[in-house]
Amino acid sequence: MIHPIPSGTRDVLPDEMRELRAITEGIRGVFSGRGYGELATPALEHEDVLVRGDAAAADAAYRLFDERGKVLVLRSDMTIPIARVVATRYPAAETPLRFCYFAHAYRSVQPQRGQPREMLQAGVELIGAPGPEGTAEALIVLCEALEAAGLENWRIGLGDASLYPRLLDRIGVPDGARAQILHELVTRDYVGLEREVERFGAPELLELPERRGGTEVLGAPETVQLAAVHALLPEAVAGRVIFDLGLTRSLGYYTGAVFEVYDAALGTPIGGGGRYDDLLGRFGRELPACGWALDVERLHAARVGEGG
Amino acid sequence: MSLGGLTIAVPRGALLGDTLDLLDRLGADTAEVRANDRKLLFEDAGLVTMRPSDVPTYVEAGAADLGVTGKDVLAEHPERDVYELLDLGFGPCRMVFATVAGEDRAAEALRRLGVMRVATKYPRIAAAFFERTGRQAEIVEVKGSVELAPLTGLVHGIVDLTATGTTLRENGLVIREEIAASTARLIANPVAHKLKAAAIDDVVARIRDRGA
Repeated sequence: MIHPIPSGTRDVLPDEMRELRAITEGIRGVFSGRGYGELATPALEHEDVLVRGDAAAADAAYRLFDERGKVLVLRSDMTIPIARVVATRYPAAETPLRFCYFAHAYRSVQPQRGQPREMLQAGVELIGAPGPEGTAEALIVLCEALEAAGLENWRIGLGDASLYPRLLDRIGVPDGARAQILHELVTRDYVGLEREVERFGAPELLELPERRGGTEVLGAPETVQLAAVHALLPEAVAGRVIFDLGLTRSLGYYTGAVFEVYDAALGTPIGGGGRYDDLLGRFGRELPACGWALDVERLHAARVGEGG
Repeated sequence: MSLGGLTIAVPRGALLGDTLDLLDRLGADTAEVRANDRKLLFEDAGLVTMRPSDVPTYVEAGAADLGVTGKDVLAEHPERDVYELLDLGFGPCRMVFATVAGEDRAAEALRRLGVMRVATKYPRIAAAFFERTGRQAEIVEVKGSVELAPLTGLVHGIVDLTATGTTLRENGLVIREEIAASTARLIANPVAHKLKAAAIDDVVARIRDRGA
């Protein structure tokens, strides 16, 4: 008898599990060696907790009522639950705090796209360490984790979520036009971006986000923070970085550096993260923070694609 | 010889000729594609041919680094995570709302029934258009010739793509409203956009320089 499971979910059988475990155990060794303490949080959170973190994250796909009629949602990432943990359980603890996790997150899917509803993430949150030092540490740990996972041909795209808004400030783009311009940037529609910025007569508005490459793409006043991060990276990490001045991430809580992991063997990013210096404050403990998550199943697929 | 080691998704159909001309000017070898309309994969030239509506699917997954497709396809699938790099200018056409000539049956349906039925291959564009203009419409998705739907009484009107309007006219339909204009676009896979940045930027710069 065949008994179906929901689309976008999957059973993991021993052959695959053995390979996934090899990856997560390698990463776990890096985390503990770097002093990141592993934690777990409930898969279900109160809706108002996620809304407090980020309106988009609260747009969770799976919600239900508990016995008293309160709305519960399945978490869509681990960053907001960990911000809650820090404010609630570590209200006065010395910083920086270093946490890591291996946990499932839940997202909605579009039909017929082969997207997962449930994904296994491995990640860290470094809380109370401001940039650029905190960002550099997060990137160093990320590189060690990817190496321990057995991946070879990966690169890190490094950008800054605040770069384009600050460029709009410098050019003097009025508030009314900003939302549409940022929409074109986030949806990666450079034809639309060109149309929207044309009337401001500043070629930088189109050229800057198109710049990708080594340190030669830095130089604009908005890239000072990225250069500062780069200066702190050891050669082995810096050599993996591709600056991407147009990089944006879909979650709204990023305030500074953002990054994504790419591998030539996979057409989609394997993971990513960035700085979220305002998020902890929304939960009552103002602390700068930075974190990232790797999608373990994509990491596995990339490793298989590399022949590993 | 492929262009900078890139794999490019080429749309068969109305956009094929202009796309191959563009690739010729960039120095790609399109002779085999022109000579062969059944083969789909041209590995030496770094070209794969497919329906225009499949181009974003292949490019998003990284099966092709770059692709050429119509803005209409991209507008119908805004969830596809691809970079839209350039408006290539060729393949101009319009997304229109059309009904049978004579009295506007869709308007009458809206007035008397409160809702009109509209057939289309572009259900999201159509639904968004009627929502934006405050009209209630039941969208009927069809795969084949949309023009047939209002002639048989299946629907009151259609939303479809037209270049010259000839097919609409020949089937006794008239354009009531224009929804959007469309041209061919150059799109890129988000990972290739970083890992093959130099090769992709080179293609973009050369197309811009030629004003192609």
